[in-house]
Parts: sequence; structure tokens; C-alpha cells
Amino acid sequence: MSNRLEVRSVSKRFSRKCGLVERGAEFMGLKAPNPVVRALDDVSLTVAEGEVVGIVGESGCGKSTLGRVVAGLLQASEGTVLFRDKRLQDLPGEDAEAARLKVQMIFQDPSSSLNPRQRVREIIGAAPLHHGLTTARELDDYVSQQMARAGLDPSMASRFPHQFSGGQRQRIGIARALAVQPDMLICDESVAALDVSIQAQILNLFLDLRKQLDLTYIFISHDLSVVEHISDRVVVMYLGRVVEEATVEELFSHPNHPYTRALLQERPSLDPVQRSFSAIEGEIPSPLSPPSGCHFHPRCPLAMDRCRIERPELRTVGSRHKSACHLND
Amino acid sequence: MTAMLEIRSLKTEVVTSEGRVTLIDDINLELAAGEVMGLVGESGSGKSVTGLSIMGLIDKPAQVTGGQVLFKGKDLRNLSEREIRSVRGNRIAMIFQDPMSTLNPVLRIDTQMMEVVHAHEKISKQAARERARDALGMVGIPSPEERLSAYPHQFSGGMRQRVAIAIALLMSPDLIIADEPTTALDVTIQAQILSIVQKLARDKGTALIWITHDLSVVAGLAEKVSVMYAGRIAEQGKTADLLRRPMHPYTNGLIASLPAHNQRGSRLKQISGTTPSVANMPKGCAFHPRCASATQLCLSPPQLEPVEGRLLRCFHPVMEGASS
Repeated sequence: MSNRLEVRSVSKRFSRKCGLVERGAEFMGLKAPNPVVRALDDVSLTVAEGEVVGIVGESGCGKSTLGRVVAGLLQASEGTVLFRDKRLQDLPGEDAEAARLKVQMIFQDPSSSLNPRQRVREIIGAAPLHHGLTTARELDDYVSQQMARAGLDPSMASRFPHQFSGGQRQRIGIARALAVQPDMLICDESVAALDVSIQAQILNLFLDLRKQLDLTYIFISHDLSVVEHISDRVVVMYLGRVVEEATVEELFSHPNHPYTRALLQERPSLDPVQRSFSAIEGEIPSPLSPPSGCHFHPRCPLAMDRCRIERPELRTVGSRHKSACHLND
Repeated sequence: MTAMLEIRSLKTEVVTSEGRVTLIDDINLELAAGEVMGLVGESGSGKSVTGLSIMGLIDKPAQVTGGQVLFKGKDLRNLSEREIRSVRGNRIAMIFQDPMSTLNPVLRIDTQMMEVVHAHEKISKQAARERARDALGMVGIPSPEERLSAYPHQFSGGMRQRVAIAIALLMSPDLIIADEPTTALDVTIQAQILSIVQKLARDKGTALIWITHDLSVVAGLAEKVSVMYAGRIAEQGKTADLLRRPMHPYTNGLIASLPAHNQRGSRLKQISGTTPSVANMPKGCAFHPRCASATQLCLSPPQLEPVEGRLLRCFHPVMEGASS
């Protein structure tokens, strides 16, 4: 199976740009350099053709940044992203644009990702028209098709986003992404803001679309049960690093990394048994000053001296199962 | 055991010159000391309005138009604004989803906490500060003495929510109403907050109403649960019993649609349609347009009636069908 996408040792750093005076002050040692957030720290990932890869983690783990780097909304500070084994920089302009177009993103909050002053017809139709996938004359038909596929009534094409419910707005976002005929979707917390009964409808739509259109997905979520349901393979991130990756069966039956185990344990379950919530201690550290060595060590019940000093490598611990923990040595 | 809180047929409406819109109707709850009740529903189901109605925090144009809120036998609705202010924040406290809506961003934590104490009790500044410090310690904030003089923005989201909980605890209330307090938090932080709250209810005999959209949070926390749909209680009973064998088609559908209850990668069982808006309620049972077992009978409103040890508002309860 070929790789639809490969992310090779990608890092992404954010910092505030210095003005001239600040730079001068920094140069003369009068001012500390601006703090740098390492949102992604040497992250590698492959996604096979037609695969659904789930990315889980808590706030600040870099899962959304990774999605944005892959979608081309952010430039990586280091490392490369390959589409079908080709670097975008190596492709001639038109091909690079076409390759980009094949990867589309669906966001968490449909109300902030849809222009409130545009009608649904414009929201969905603008991109395919610009990219020549349809003509102005056929646009109405084209938009109707896209809406119907996402489970929206095409007769509502001239309405504005606020006239739709939350679930329907998410469908508009999906229709917009699919309108440029991508073969890969990046869903960033796409069902997190929805009610349970609506969440099931949207997840079903994703599953149906995958079958109909042979889509490849990167599915970013903090919700383990959603990721477990939809993914073939799961990547667990913590503070900008991948700590574990495995097939969904393997990860949920034999979690290796202490962080993954803690996440699974603390997942609220419907098992109607009165139970005591026992929590992992501590806060999620700020990505501005992550702990040394293994980022998880201050909260890890099994931490050793080595964990404070040395960064654990992501190593194979089973068939298609990798984990970054010193305990595996 | 006498009930600490008893709510009878509570009704809240928006009253305008153009007419009335019912937000919640026929809400009945009973809660004993130390008991935890989960109030579960999707957006627009009226769960937050219920919480605010109990607290007397409903603002115009909405108003509580019927029913009783008996707190230790006294009807809170008959109290004057002055009297209810001595109860609110003192005997009954509330925790909101967003701690920044509780905390004033320009005041230090100690100022805000001491203000609460002084509003209800005449004690020295020193004593009030000590009480604030103890409350912070109780919710697991490290080095509470120093953190007292911090501002809200110096805390992380989870820590802020702990501060909000600590403020609710200051007067050792008999009842806490928590409105989605862990929804915005990460899984590991949510577990920490739940464990604190659970311990408190157990140790101090504080009764708790936990409002949430997340059935799985309620599963481990609450003894009793009320499921709300379209402003009414659809089903109410013991948590373990209700989750294992939901009888209202809505509860049943909701549980069946959870990814954990479906085979990995298969289509989820879904409830079709969307929740109705309050201005445009279906006739009869509000759930009937989305319900698979709806009949002609459902066009007249069903009543909340006792069925097999629980309360149920449905003409066609799910009898044997277990959800899992």
C-alpha cells in the first residue's frame, strides 16, 4: 500500500516577531529572547491510501497544528510533508496547487468557519468555480449535488448560515470541503461541538462518504470513543510529540505508554457503576516551557531518573505498534 | 429521609406582548442531603434554565410562572429578593461552565473569595482569608496561601474551575448546582474535578445537581438521573437502572448512538431529525416526530408517571430492548 501522506520529522515553532529595537536589545544581552512555543517537536507520521488515522491528545498537544501543517495552512519550521511520496516544493506550480486542493479541512466550529454574510450557494460554490471544476452556468446544479451528498436539502442553497442548526452547519462545512473533489479530509474536532444525537449523524456521514468516495482521513479529536469508532490507526500526542501509535485494536487493548493508559482509564464510561474517579496528578504543562526529558515525567506514576534527562525515542514495541517510553528498554 | 430539595411542577416561560413560550414545564425533582442527581439533556433541552430557575436567577423576559421550589421545606419562590440573597451563595451555590463568568478578571482571588464570605457572615478579614485558603486547599490547589493573591488569568483552565468550585464551597452550602462545569476541560483534568466533587458530596453531605450533556460523566457520579428533552423530564430514575435499561425512546436512542455502544467502524444507530426549537414545539409528545414507535396517541401530551420504580413520560416505553 502506498503512502497517501508522509510527515517527516516536522517541527513547528511559534514565537512573537521582534522589532528592530528589541532585536538590538537582545543582541546586546539586555533582553531575553522571546519565548518559543514548540507546538510540534520532531513529529513523523504516515497515512496510507484510504486509511483513517485518528490523532488524540489533550489541549496543547499539537494535534491541531499538525492538521494545519498537513493541510498547508501553516508552514512547518523544519521537516517535510510528502504527498504521494512527492514534496510540494519539487512539483511545478500547477501540480502543487492541485495536490493541495486534494487535501481539505473541516473545522470544529461551523459558525466561525462559515462566512455569516454569504449564502450557502456562495460558500460551497466559490472554490470549485475558482478552480474550474464547474462553470458559472452549471454552478447551481453542482452546488445542489454537493448539498445533497452532505445530507442537506438543495432548496436551502440561498439561505445564510445562521438559518441552519449546528449539525446542518457542520454539513455545510463538509459540503464545502468536498466541493473541490478532495481525496483526503482533515477533520479537526469536527464533531466536538455537536450534541450526541447529532454527533452520531455526522459520524455516519463521514463513514458513508469514506465508502462512496474512497476518502483518506486524518481525524483529530480529544474524544477517545469517537476516535476508536472511526479510525484504523491511532496516534497519541502529548505536548508536541507523538508518544504512541498503533492500530486501533492494539491501542485500545494493549496501550503501552503510561499516558495512553491514563487516558483510557479516565475515559468516562457509561458503565453504570458507582466508581471513584482517580485522577492523574498535575496539570498539563505549558508548551512554552515543557519539562525536560520525557514531557510526561512530572505526571507519570512510573517515572525514573532517566525520564527526567533523556528524551525517549518512538520505538517499535509490537506489530505496527510504536511507543516512546523508557520502560520498554 | 426528608428531602433537602423538592421541586414540584416547576414552569418557566418567556412572557412577551406577543405571547408566551414555555422553556421548561412540569419539572419534578427530589434530592436528599449528600445525594447527587444528574440532569442530562442536549442543547435547548432546558437543563440550564432548570438550574437557574431553582436559584431564582431567571431574568426578564423569562420568568418562573408555576410550581414550587421547596428547599428544606420552605418555598424559595415566596421569599423576597433580600431573603433569597441570603440563601443564594450561602446555602445553595452554583458553578458555571465557564469559570471566567464567575471570576472577576481585575480582582485578586482573595478579594473575590472574602467578598463572598463577608456578604453572608460578619467575621474578621483574617478569618475570611483563612476560610478562603482552606477552600482552595480542599479543591487541590497547590500552595493555596500564595495562590490567594493571584489574579484569575494566572490560573490554567482547570485551576480556574477549581477556584470557582472553591468559591461555591466557601459557605459549606447544603446544595450545589453545577452547570456543565467540566465540559470545557480536558479528560485528565475532568477526572480530577470529578474526584474532588465526589469526595465532597460524600464527606460533607452536600447535595449536588450536576447538569451535563454527557451521560458518561453522570454514570460514574450520580445516584439519580433525570433526562430532559424539550423542556420536560422524559425519564427519571436510579442511574444504574436507567442507563442499563432506558425505557424512554429518546434515552434509548441517545445511549444507542454512543460510539462505545456500537461496533467499531460500523454505522452508528442514530436518532433522525433535530431537537425542536422552543418557539415551535410539536404537538403532544415533543419527541414524536423523531420517534420510531410514535402513534396517533402521541399527539396528546403524555404525563410523567411512575413505571417500574422510575418516572417516565411516554406512551410506548421501550420494554425489553437493552441498548447495548
